[in-house]
Amino acid sequence: MRNRNATAYRFLTPYLLIFAIFWVWPIISSFMISFQATRTVPWRFAPGFNWGRLIGDPAFFNALKNTLLILVIQVPVMISLALVMAVLLNSPLLKARGLYRFAFFAPVVVGEVAYSAVFRLMFNLDFGIINKLLNSVGLPKIDWFSNVTPAMALIMIAVTWRWAGYNAIILLAGMQSIPEDVYEAATLDRVSKLKQFFYITLPLLKPVIVFCLVLSIIGTMQLFTEPFLITERGGPGGGTETLGLLLYRQGFRSLNFGYASAVAYTMAGLAIAITLAQLWLTREPK
Amino acid sequence: MSSRSSARLGRSIALHLFLTPLALIWLFPLWMMVVFSTMPDNGIFSPGIELLPHGNFIDNFNNLQRDTNFVGAIGISVSVAVTYTFLSVLLTSMAGWALARYQFFGKGVVVAIILGTITLPYAVVLIPQFIMVARDFKLANTWVALIVPPLFNSLGVLFMRQSFSMMPDDLFDAARVEGVKEWRIFLFVALPLARPMLAALAIILFLASWNNYLWPLLINSQPGSMTAPVALGTLIGLTKVSWGGIMAGAVMLTVPMLVVFVLLQRHFIAGIAAGAVK
Repeated sequence: MRNRNATAYRFLTPYLLIFAIFWVWPIISSFMISFQATRTVPWRFAPGFNWGRLIGDPAFFNALKNTLLILVIQVPVMISLALVMAVLLNSPLLKARGLYRFAFFAPVVVGEVAYSAVFRLMFNLDFGIINKLLNSVGLPKIDWFSNVTPAMALIMIAVTWRWAGYNAIILLAGMQSIPEDVYEAATLDRVSKLKQFFYITLPLLKPVIVFCLVLSIIGTMQLFTEPFLITERGGPGGGTETLGLLLYRQGFRSLNFGYASAVAYTMAGLAIAITLAQLWLTREPK
Repeated sequence: MSSRSSARLGRSIALHLFLTPLALIWLFPLWMMVVFSTMPDNGIFSPGIELLPHGNFIDNFNNLQRDTNFVGAIGISVSVAVTYTFLSVLLTSMAGWALARYQFFGKGVVVAIILGTITLPYAVVLIPQFIMVARDFKLANTWVALIVPPLFNSLGVLFMRQSFSMMPDDLFDAARVEGVKEWRIFLFVALPLARPMLAALAIILFLASWNNYLWPLLINSQPGSMTAPVALGTLIGLTKVSWGGIMAGAVMLTVPMLVVFVLLQRHFIAGIAAGAVK
């Protein structure tokens, strides 16, 4: 390791330049725009214009509620499922591991648009394969798109399908970096596999689980494509509108950049608060 | 002994009995994507349960090409993803190299910033990025708009920093004694050694660019400048449109990536795992 300021910065400059132009400035700019009235040109400084509106906007609280609801239900379900997938894929008893791995990891390469289209067809009220299968086992059809609860469930199902395997990859890599002899010692001491999972795997995996949680929360916080394409712009009647969609609608449909920036900063504040809370909750005891 | 091996067998059977249905459920949407893409539109909307492919893929693809210039959009997607991947791998490995191999003023701050941006929602920079690229730089509907702003990538830098810092010092010191310049050491000694990691990173970046939706939707929305996912997205939800065509497009976006995934699974998984672990 050498002390070479000039050389190091020569290697870093292109990257830091992109960072300065496309991240640092926008972060500052976004904050300033959130305090401007942008409905009329020229924009003017009006501190309460967007933030005041935000506090009294039912559409904002609806989007916030929907986002938090998805966050609270979908993320824990998905991470638990990913953990189960990772543990089972890691089992030495598993045959044809490659096939199972392919099944769970394949959605990782599928784009949001492609899978949104498939989910729309699969969950169609009259022609969708899911309702036909429900019918064929004697269950009633579900109207996934015109009622809020099934529509929210559909969004959660879709996101879980898409991202569970991604998290399982990360968790699996984490599990494989736990030294084998820890388990061998535990097995010699006749510690059951289940206890090994709760007393060895989980604690040692905690940093990786937290990483997955943080990434998933940030991702879910900005959920856009699924409510945009699957439930048709947050339908029914705003029932699946998320903060990401509200931002899109305000910023890029109504070209109301000031208000959209206030929404963006709310998301950032929320993300930072949740991340900090999580790091604090999972901190190593002194 | 035999009771233990039969217990193992029992556990193994239980494991497979649980995992197989789960795996089939997970593959089901992909299978249906293929089935839908080969069905005539009136077949997709028929009352029966259809689980097997038909022979209408070409017709569906022709419908898709009629509804949107999909071949052109695929061309844009491929060119953008290739250029983006090359530039991003170069930029992130240069930065990773600097952070791994040199001690310099402000290093702690740079690392802290890169780590910090991972937890920052992209939404915060989206609007100013859009205003800047579209209004100030007048770059909407160009390739530059699609390629340059996403070049800032935190995980790639952390990943490359990790790879470079694991390499032994002697290797580079020997070259330095010979008087080889630092950028040559980086290009001709360090990068070739990091090839497996570069491959993993390249795959992940290519995929990210290939599947990117929100930014291209906003910035390149003119017909003729759209990427393939955006072009496909414009059809979803329209009434007078061929769903078989949409599914043919979905298959064309997905199947090549699945093939790459199967062929390069090791690199792929390494790439996703690398950002997280360590």
